[in-house]
Amino acid sequence: MSKPVFQTHDLTKIYRTGDVEVRALNGVDITLYEGEMTVLLGPSGSGKSTFLNIVGGLDRATSGTVRFKDMELTSCSERQLTQYRRNHVGFVFQFYNLIPSLTAWENVAMVTEIARAPMAPDEALAMVGLENRQTHFPAQMSGGEQQRVAIARAIAKRPEVLLCDEPTGALDSKTGILVLEALDKINRELGTTTAIITHNAGIQAIAHRVVSFMDGSISQTHANATRIQPAEVVW
Amino acid sequence: MAMLDLKLLRDLGRLWAQGLAIALVMACGVSTIIISVGAYRSLEETQSAFYERYRFGTVFASAVRAPRHLKSRIEHIAGVTAADLRIVQPVLIDVAGMREPASGLAVSVPDFEEASVNQLYLRYGRLPEESRKNEVAVVETFANAHGFRLGDSFDAIMNGRKQKLLIVGIVLSPEFIYAIGPGDMVPDPRRFGVFFMSLKKLSGLFDLEGAFNSLSLTTLRNADTRIIVDEVDDILKPYGGSGAYDRKDQVSHAFLDSELDQLRAMSSVIPPIFLLVAAFLVNMILSRLITLEREQIGLLKALGYGNVAIGGHFAKLVVVIALVGLLIGSLSGFWLGRGLTRLYATFYSFPFLIFRHSIDLYLLAGGVTVAAALAGAAKAIWTVVILPPAVAMRPPAPTTYRSFFVGQLQRLGIFSQLSIMAFRHLIRWPVRTLLTTLGTSLSVALLITSLFSYDSIDYMIDAIFFRADRQDASMTFVSDQGLDAISAVASMPGILRVEPFRQTAVTLRNAHREKRMAIVGLAEDTDLSRVLDLDLNPVSPTSSGVILSERVAEILHLKPGMQVEVELLERDKRTALLTVTGLAQSYVGLTAYMRDDALDQLLRDGRRISGVRVSIDSNEMDDLYETIKQTPMVASIALQGISRVRLRETVEENITTMTAVYVILAIIITFGVIYNSARIQLSERARELASLRVFGFTRSEVSSVLMIELGLIVLFAQPLGWVIGYLLSWSVVQGFENDIFRIPLIIKIATYALASLIVTGAALVSALIVRGRVDRLDLIRVLKTRE
Repeated sequence: MSKPVFQTHDLTKIYRTGDVEVRALNGVDITLYEGEMTVLLGPSGSGKSTFLNIVGGLDRATSGTVRFKDMELTSCSERQLTQYRRNHVGFVFQFYNLIPSLTAWENVAMVTEIARAPMAPDEALAMVGLENRQTHFPAQMSGGEQQRVAIARAIAKRPEVLLCDEPTGALDSKTGILVLEALDKINRELGTTTAIITHNAGIQAIAHRVVSFMDGSISQTHANATRIQPAEVVW
Repeated sequence: MAMLDLKLLRDLGRLWAQGLAIALVMACGVSTIIISVGAYRSLEETQSAFYERYRFGTVFASAVRAPRHLKSRIEHIAGVTAADLRIVQPVLIDVAGMREPASGLAVSVPDFEEASVNQLYLRYGRLPEESRKNEVAVVETFANAHGFRLGDSFDAIMNGRKQKLLIVGIVLSPEFIYAIGPGDMVPDPRRFGVFFMSLKKLSGLFDLEGAFNSLSLTTLRNADTRIIVDEVDDILKPYGGSGAYDRKDQVSHAFLDSELDQLRAMSSVIPPIFLLVAAFLVNMILSRLITLEREQIGLLKALGYGNVAIGGHFAKLVVVIALVGLLIGSLSGFWLGRGLTRLYATFYSFPFLIFRHSIDLYLLAGGVTVAAALAGAAKAIWTVVILPPAVAMRPPAPTTYRSFFVGQLQRLGIFSQLSIMAFRHLIRWPVRTLLTTLGTSLSVALLITSLFSYDSIDYMIDAIFFRADRQDASMTFVSDQGLDAISAVASMPGILRVEPFRQTAVTLRNAHREKRMAIVGLAEDTDLSRVLDLDLNPVSPTSSGVILSERVAEILHLKPGMQVEVELLERDKRTALLTVTGLAQSYVGLTAYMRDDALDQLLRDGRRISGVRVSIDSNEMDDLYETIKQTPMVASIALQGISRVRLRETVEENITTMTAVYVILAIIITFGVIYNSARIQLSERARELASLRVFGFTRSEVSSVLMIELGLIVLFAQPLGWVIGYLLSWSVVQGFENDIFRIPLIIKIATYALASLIVTGAALVSALIVRGRVDRLDLIRVLKTRE
């Protein structure tokens, strides 16, 4: 068994707006392991994004603990969380979040400039098959290409974990598969622990393990005995 | 309340900080207009009311000794309504405890009747009567400067005898609103006093019984004063008349008018600039603010609101902001304007003050601001309203950026990706970048325009006191003297050098253009008081011909080599033609210069001098003062050192207040522009910046993107601001120019630097405030929304 990367215990997140209390996460206990590719499934509002934001250091838990390797995230200061994101985590979002005023190469370089042991931007772009699109601005690329730039940007710093929130949510099946292939390749070749949020159940078959969320809790987890290739995903 | 109005209220609550910044910029524009135009109009109104109520004369004349029986002849000149035949004598005043002699003017008041011209406003006490004691009424400024009260007394050397004068009244006169002593450029009430005495008493003291030497007339409103001046000249010619003149050449009036001119120049140049800058900024800021509301406008359209309703809704937002600005501006303008007017009124010694509240100003200022605000918003609203709702609701299509040269530069690795983001953003919106730069540079320019007058006046003081008139003192004689007066002065204690001058009143004429002034005759080797050419190099007066000051040449349309007709006012209006041999720089008054022997020849009465300029050994000052106080020949003494200090003080009193107001307003404007630019920048790029935070950039790294953009704008705004500031200052100088004062356009490097420093400081403060907002960016929310 490989080493645990994330360990959460009784992770709870309550949003308060006025008098209304929303329990977005309700006592989640889970461990994600090194090199593992996990798919987080669940309907809207089931808590999967909140979970991802907290383990990614973007949000704070109301109670419970999150441990990243030897680091207790729940007791980190704002500054420490920034350093954590900078050095350990790669993010991929549904809407890419590229900087429109920077080219593909520059978007990647933006992260490598501040990372500790990054790969060259060219290498990261090559891994997602965009070595020929380096000088293009986001507005000059398709959605799939933009998302692959986002992936290149996320992995260029050689993060321990890659957190993807609906990475194919805004894409058609053909480009979606290209993006999944890129994620799969990175997981296999770099051994990056990867968590992918989706509500597309077809994608779960590419993961080592599938975690289902429902009403802020984990309703079910199961390991895939056999994984399929991204190209075989039925959309 | 309609839901849209409710939305309006909440939007205003949300945008309060930006709205207030915009309103303050508008308020600055509004208040400058109200302050300066209001002050100018109030003073003008006060002046004309004082003139009217106290029958200020319209024609003045003087003679050596004219019989009083001329009164009926003078009163019968067509158009004359009243004539006051008086005695006016320059005297030396000796106030106990004051080292240097002061200059004074003794003016007669009629006995047993009220003056028909130039009546006195009695502040305290009563008018002087003929009595054994020498009763006088003194002007209020002189009394205040020496702390005189009723019953106090002081000495004056009158007709060679020291007289003790008893103060029975403290008065103000329309004739001496701006009481300026000989050789001074600004009033110095300590060293120059006007006092009034019974006609009978004064004629006795000066051996002028049954005679007068000064004449003041009031005339019908539509009377032609030129004809009256000619007739008076004819009447006084046999009695040593030195040329009658119109009110516009009366000293106090001319100075006051010149000051009012300057005030008008300030109020017609600077406030419109402020108002226009404010309007421009409001326009720019609001159009960007409305652009941010794009999705809301789309949504309202989707819900079925018509273009008019939507346009009206946003117009209301703008109008509310504009009204807040108008209100703040009007209140502060009213309050500051009142204070400023009071300050001026004290300085000019008016007995009362009439505030003029000009509704038209408020309407004008309000109209311009609201219109500018609406114009700025209208374009933005229109651009959005014409889009189909579905398109408007979606955010605008992603912006296409271009590499430009930045792409090459970044391969060199000089700039970080964050800097490149900032560069590209600036280049991508060139018009907006230019406008923001222009807005910021206008702040720099406004500051320069408000501050440069100190530099100009410093330069002017240097030119006048250290290059041109370098004497320690000038003495003028009671009447022109022979050359033995030079040795008489030279033998006084402490006198190191004596340079005589001669001076005569003339009218210079070129075709239909004419100007009354004095020709000064100087020796060839004159060294204390020098004529300066246009580059401020000393020149000697040529043995023939006349040197004109630049302003005179301009007024008369004369150039060197041309002929000018000289009418000798003290010599039966004889005329002569002289060649203009050169131009002289002169910042004060109107002057023409000749060689003394040439002037003597022109006047045909041998070698005579009107006064001397002297340098003095400062150790023997007190002895000299004592001697002068006992020398009947000396009518007045002007002390350069004191004049200079007094000029600087006055300038500082008057300019500092106005400048302080303008500087504060310019700072508010700067702050308004930069704070709003930064806030809008932040709203537009919140998502991008939050993404950077997500990727692990620190707060200061993320802020640096905005800071680099702002920094570049502020940087480029400086040189542009210097150029615009120079041009605006130039236009102020043009407006300032009049017969009494001209200021040179001088802007020191330090002034440019100070303006830049203030703007940079204001930019830094607003940048820090926005920086605080970057720190509080909501990371999760921005990632959930599509761009």
